[in-house]
Amino acid sequence: MSEMTSRTADIMRVSSHREVYEPCDDSFALVDALLADQTNLINHNPKLCMEIGCGSGYVITSLILLLKEKLPNVHYLATDTNPIAARVTNETLQAHGVSAEVVCTDIASCLEERLAGLVDVMVVNPPYVPTPEYEVGMEGIASAWAGGENGRSVIDRVLPVVDRLLSEKGWFYLVTLTSNYPSEICLVMRKRGYASRIVVQRSTEEENLIILKFWRDKDEEGVDKETSSESFMKQFSRSLSSFMEKQWR
Amino acid sequence: MRLITHNMLSCNIKGVTNGFPLKVEAEKVIEKEIDFNPDFLRHMFAKIEWKALVEAACSLGYAELPEDSPDATVIESAADESLLKKLHHALLELHLEEGALVCPETGRKFPVNKGIPNMLLHEDEV
Repeated sequence: MSEMTSRTADIMRVSSHREVYEPCDDSFALVDALLADQTNLINHNPKLCMEIGCGSGYVITSLILLLKEKLPNVHYLATDTNPIAARVTNETLQAHGVSAEVVCTDIASCLEERLAGLVDVMVVNPPYVPTPEYEVGMEGIASAWAGGENGRSVIDRVLPVVDRLLSEKGWFYLVTLTSNYPSEICLVMRKRGYASRIVVQRSTEEENLIILKFWRDKDEEGVDKETSSESFMKQFSRSLSSFMEKQWR
Repeated sequence: MRLITHNMLSCNIKGVTNGFPLKVEAEKVIEKEIDFNPDFLRHMFAKIEWKALVEAACSLGYAELPEDSPDATVIESAADESLLKKLHHALLELHLEEGALVCPETGRKFPVNKGIPNMLLHEDEV
């Protein structure tokens, strides 16, 4: 496969390690969401893109490859709490001849202060698997999936960080499962002034994946946030079922 | 790690109020040429802490940046291309490959290996 034609990271060139989560259905679904939104992303003309929890580096590398032909000068940043994952991400980037700044940190804690308001595109594939709370934040590969109660422990910590880091025009792509209550996540973000939509919905044998996209919506701030929650939830489940119908057809 | 990243990093140990800028201890520095992109520099300029950049660049052996922050209008108009090129080099082409970042308040060292700063905190620091 030549560098010019490859649109996403080449799985054969993704580096691996037993303590690092390998690209799987969730990673592919996220990259498919980015692919589906590729034209929009190019028109969006981001200056700075970031991934929190870069793992093997498959997603950030794919994002770079998706954009680099039309937007060669975007700056990329990736973080992971697992030092081995950070190293593996660097290897994957190098194997594809692209580069991003990789930082080992918890979510983005060492960047929050100074990077606030600068990120135009954020992608996050969080540890979303419902697990006992004590498994959250363990070292090594467990940090890639253990999500605590409803798989929300890390997600709920990530949301305010993303809100802080995103620029005025920032977009945010998030991997969720139906068991994470994605409608509730959308509602949380809505209260922070974000609109949302489902970009990809995919059912595998094990999980029902939903890739959400968020963006700041001026209109969202004006609405009565409390009383319309219920109708918002209804609207979300309607759009989810229409997504699922499309897939079965 | 490029210096643009260094300029965005702070030490966030619990109780630390002055965790920026991190002092740079360089063991191995590499240079990688990349395309000159004045638009990106103009976009980032307002956010860059100039003094922190100058000091970090010096730690990496690059002393070409003026000590005082240039006026934003100079950057905007790109009147001084050589200055923009220096900024480009310092921010984006110098890489700290091996070394450490040191918290200005506590002296805590964060190692940088293979170009990756490890900013993880110990349990008693969060």
